[in-house]
Amino acid sequence: MFRDVALVAGKDLRIEWRSRVGINQIGPFAVLVLVLFAFALDPDRGVLAKATPGLYWIAVLLCGLLAIQRAFAVEVADGATDALRLSGIEPAALFLGKTLAVAAQLLVLAALLLVGVAVLYSATLGGWPLLMATVVSASVGIAGAGTLYGVLAAGLRVRETLLPLLLLPVLAPVLIGATRAFEAALAGTPADGWPWFGWLAVFAVIYLVAGAALFGPLLEEA
Amino acid sequence: MTAPATSDAELAPAPAAGADGGPRGTGSTATRALGAVVLAGAAALAGLGLFGTPEDVVQGALVRLLYIHPQAATTAYIGCFLTTVGSGVYLWRRSVWWDLVALASAEIGALFTALALITGSLWGRPAWGTYWVWDARLTSTAMLMLLLLGYLALRKLPGDTDVRARQAAVLGLLLLPNVILVRQSVVWWRTLHQLPTLDVTGTNISGLQLFTMMLGFAVFAVLFVWLLMHRFRVAWLERQRDEVLVDEAIRARVAEGSGR
Amino acid sequence: MSTAADNAPYIIAGWAAVAGGIGAYVAVLVRRGRALSAQVPADRRRWSTTPAEGSVR
Repeated sequence: MFRDVALVAGKDLRIEWRSRVGINQIGPFAVLVLVLFAFALDPDRGVLAKATPGLYWIAVLLCGLLAIQRAFAVEVADGATDALRLSGIEPAALFLGKTLAVAAQLLVLAALLLVGVAVLYSATLGGWPLLMATVVSASVGIAGAGTLYGVLAAGLRVRETLLPLLLLPVLAPVLIGATRAFEAALAGTPADGWPWFGWLAVFAVIYLVAGAALFGPLLEEA
Repeated sequence: MTAPATSDAELAPAPAAGADGGPRGTGSTATRALGAVVLAGAAALAGLGLFGTPEDVVQGALVRLLYIHPQAATTAYIGCFLTTVGSGVYLWRRSVWWDLVALASAEIGALFTALALITGSLWGRPAWGTYWVWDARLTSTAMLMLLLLGYLALRKLPGDTDVRARQAAVLGLLLLPNVILVRQSVVWWRTLHQLPTLDVTGTNISGLQLFTMMLGFAVFAVLFVWLLMHRFRVAWLERQRDEVLVDEAIRARVAEGSGR
Repeated sequence: MSTAADNAPYIIAGWAAVAGGIGAYVAVLVRRGRALSAQVPADRRRWSTTPAEGSVR
């Protein structure tokens, strides 16, 4: 089981590394989003600084959405889903492997954006344990829900438009929780933020379990 | 204003049989009986709710919206619940029947969610001075609407019936848990901000007003069942029509082949 | 609390929205049902007998 998970995750990450789509396109897009927020919200009036936690997580969600779309575009393009189905790997292991790969990419993205807000928004980062715990639990949650909804939309011709509609409302609790936790960490009151970390962890566990259980029916042939 | 009664005029279509002896349309004895109950109930509700009941001490005339708003919201949540149940049973037993129940209740749920949001805003404007507040109940209802719209968007896509049904069932099964997760996070977030709880039910309600509210719940519940039956049959007919078309196409091919 | 006359438009709009919304949906639903049943043979749409599970196939 764990070997299969690692196998699937390794395969996905290798594809991502070799294609360099993440580095060449999603990374720059993340920086672009941060710059656009600065244009929209005047940095000199303090709005940007106040809204930094929220903007950060919106940026993570938007870029994460691209990464998830990408993870399944790869599978569908060459009929690779069929190959995965025939590989004899359990659906649950497939799900966890793909989730792990997406979560790893989200972590890199989150780190990049963290540097971005520190530099561009002159945000003073603090409360590192809470910050790190939030990033990890939120990434796993987004990756879990994203992988489940991603495979659901993968075979559809309208997946680029349908996936955001399906996924973003589901990720609303992550946005709320992660933003509150970040606010607490940046304000220097991490005690207020730890319950939100717990909430994010619960969300992640729920979606890991649901995804592992429901991946099978979604992979079945017509 | 007796608009609910007139709008329900279509509820009981004439009991006409089709040329081939089968029922015409999606009506049956059961739905016609239910339709009559809904019509009578809606007339009574409109009469009591708009004219027969006194104004509330605290709310004034606005209490008249409380005879339809909580009812629409409750019915919407019943629809959402039924969608999740239907999806779960479909995944478990793979029964087409439950798949269609999930579809029908999601669509009706979306209708009532929209009505709940509209009547809620119309109540909020004079009562709170604003159409919208970021209260947990309002926000989670709006999110329910968006989740339902996503579910219905998926269901409207063409493609293999079984594949689509499985995808929809996964979405539908997660519908209720998602609403609960959203609601819980909004509740915690808003209570941390110490926002005053805006409680609609905290009014001093008299006997007749309470009766009218309860009547509203009953009328909406029967209406929901009535709509569900018709919507289910429409979905059922769509399936049958597709199969008839496929059968005809096959027969045409066979005839072509044997004619040669 | 404002007077009853101020609130009347909101109350009428609310009831009208509910009546109109449900009425429009019912009209569409009934029409769809009639159009569809014309395309389906009678033995496939007898509402008196509950369709057994899985009998669609």
